[in-house]
Amino acid sequence: MTDTAAKQGLRIVVCLKQVPKAQELQVDPVTKTLKRVGVPSEINPPDQNALEMALLLREQHGGEIIVLSMGPTSFDESLERAIAMGADRGFLVTDRNLGGSDTVPTALTLERAIEKIGGVDLILCGEETTDASTGHVGPGIAGHMDIPQITYCSGVEIVDRRVRGVRMIEDGAETWEAPMPCVVTVDFGCNKPRQPTLTGKVRVKRGGLVQHWSAADLGLEPSQIGLKGSPTIVAKVDTVQLPSRQGQIFQEEPTIAVSLLLEALRRDRVIP
Amino acid sequence: MAEHRGVWVFLEARNGALRDVSVQLIGEARRIADKRGADLTGILPGWNVEPLARQAIECGCDRILLVEDPRLEFYTSRPFTRVMATLRWKYNPEVILFGASKNGRDLGGRLHAAIDTGLAADCVRFDVTEEGFLDMIRPAFGGKSLAHIHCEEHRPQMASARWNVFPMPPRDRSRTGEVVRETVVFEPADFDTKIVGFKPTETHETRKIDDAKILVSGGFGLGDPKNFALLEELASLLGGAVASSRKPVDLGWVPKALQVGQTGKTVRPSLYIAVGISGAVQHLAGMQEAAKIVAINNDPKAAIFEIADYGIVGDLFQLIPEAIRQLKAFRGQAESARPREATPPS
Ligand SMILES: Cc1cc2nc3c(=O)[nH]c(=O)nc-3n(C[C@H](O)[C@H](O)[C@H](O)COP(=O)(O)OP(=O)(O)OC[C@H]3O[C@@H](n4cnc5c(N)ncnc54)[C@H](O)[C@@H]3O)c2cc1C
Ligand SMILES: Cc1cc2nc3c(=O)[nH]c(=O)nc-3n(C[C@H](O)[C@H](O)[C@H](O)COP(=O)(O)OP(=O)(O)OC[C@H]3O[C@@H](n4cnc5c(N)ncnc54)[C@H](O)[C@@H]3O)c2cc1C
Repeated sequence: MTDTAAKQGLRIVVCLKQVPKAQELQVDPVTKTLKRVGVPSEINPPDQNALEMALLLREQHGGEIIVLSMGPTSFDESLERAIAMGADRGFLVTDRNLGGSDTVPTALTLERAIEKIGGVDLILCGEETTDASTGHVGPGIAGHMDIPQITYCSGVEIVDRRVRGVRMIEDGAETWEAPMPCVVTVDFGCNKPRQPTLTGKVRVKRGGLVQHWSAADLGLEPSQIGLKGSPTIVAKVDTVQLPSRQGQIFQEEPTIAVSLLLEALRRDRVIP
Repeated sequence: MAEHRGVWVFLEARNGALRDVSVQLIGEARRIADKRGADLTGILPGWNVEPLARQAIECGCDRILLVEDPRLEFYTSRPFTRVMATLRWKYNPEVILFGASKNGRDLGGRLHAAIDTGLAADCVRFDVTEEGFLDMIRPAFGGKSLAHIHCEEHRPQMASARWNVFPMPPRDRSRTGEVVRETVVFEPADFDTKIVGFKPTETHETRKIDDAKILVSGGFGLGDPKNFALLEELASLLGGAVASSRKPVDLGWVPKALQVGQTGKTVRPSLYIAVGISGAVQHLAGMQEAAKIVAINNDPKAAIFEIADYGIVGDLFQLIPEAIRQLKAFRGQAESARPREATPPS
């Protein structure tokens, strides 16, 4: 594999999930549950940064970018968008039996797909999603494959087939170095994802760039995936009741608005 | 299923100290262990960390499994996963908890796939169900909902817990416990990842935002790092500290330690003044429990107004200097109105 990569550049898989747009999620005032139907979706934002990172690496090293997702067929839309942004091709693992998967079968399924793609040098994921936001899928894939991982990366370089990643943690930025193949999870906002291009859109229109696999195609038993293959269940979801707020807006001209605000805060005894 | 007993906490050591999130978790894990009638064990991998075992016991652990190896001085994913997996198979714990620091999440995420069990991320509350399962309660959808996660048929039940949602447990210097040294066999591949550099950010700022009663928090609307000086001035007049949304952090305007939100700090000040912050769900997740929230934003439709107690729609570059001016004037008045210090009685 090293030889092929040296000759033909890197084979990078970007795992991406389609998520409901966070700011559009509304709580139904009657049922107090989240209204998820009809909410527009997008490529999970940090996954867009992961794709951009892959595109930058391909510009430097050449090679191929494959986008990979697991989910319902509606996820095709995001894979196609990623191709229009510059990825070469995509795979969607889609199967009724996958419904209800927690991070264990999700990581397992993605890992199997990565094995089936074959010859992968680098696997990029987002740091976490905006819906379930566990951040466990990337490390889970690395764990299943028993390969190195570098999480929360804001930038990577590849030198002599070693990955050098800047890892953003609470008290600073670490630089980690690991051999390939390697899983890197990408920090949200670390770069500016590009827009789909016209040529990209035309490529997508011609079709045939997103291939579907079922669980059986990956040699997965029904007992390994979906609810059956998931150690955890979501037992219940409570809607968060935000503390009810006064919501008083001071509409007066700035000097007066500020003085009314300060007066109110003094009355509430929160400022001296 | 073999018998699984005991509650474990992963104790993260950094720069010769236990991280706050680990200590906070000892308090919560103690509560769960007591509910289950179980022992609380702290797992402490590292190098020269033995003195920290004592602290963990004084904070509530019954026993520490200590794994010391110079190669464990700094956290990397594989050797730490090896430590946890080895001990898990040796002792069969019922519950393992991690602090949801970047390293804790990195470790938990890898470990759960390696030992085939579940993992609930970033919990903010724990309970024990009637059947004796751990009820792991965590935010989802950017904090708009709280999911109860159960792991009934796999052991251990694992979860990570958010920073600063559980209080620091009191330290009882008379508490005693057992420290057990463990050795773990590593493989060469465990050390193929190396840390080759570190650039620290100013950590002293973290304390300030954790503890401050008043936070003046700036967002992308500040437009430039130097404008944070305005917020510094306002904060110091109010006796508070400066915090930030994620965008200024990502842009390198302010240190990561100031970030409030889902992937930053959870704060609970008595007053949170959001300046030029739009109010994205991930930001709200870290500050919505402030006692009072003030929003300053020039966009009347900004989501931050929906959870504010008070707001002003307008230009922050006009409003913040005005607030500074008025606070100074008020203070000046208060000074001159204050009676002269009385001569002490002789
Ligand atoms: C309310 C709620 C709470 C949940 N809580 C938990 C929980 O605590 N523990 C648990 O195990 N499961 C939980 N789940 C299930 C969770 O939705 C699945 O585990 C999901 O498969 C992946 O988790 P994530 O969205 O957190 O991904 P993350 O781990 O946050 O995603 C990280 C990265 O992995 C990649 N990735 C993730 N999913 C996919 C995918 N389907 N296709 C391609 N790439 C992907 C992306 O690059 C993404 O940026 C919960 C589900 C809900 C609805
Ligand atoms: C996985 C993930 C995790 C995240 N974690 C976090 C987190 O922990 N914390 C966090 O904060 N975000 C987080 N985010 C990012 C979040 O989604 C938003 O992008 C971010 O909070 C926006 O920051 P902001 O409000 O400062 O900037 P913007 O959304 O750009 O808002 C700037 C605001 O300033 C106002 N403004 C501009 N000029 C002026 C002026 N002159 N006077 C007054 N107002 C003005 C604008 O009207 C606007 O409302 C996360 C995102 C993802 C995907």
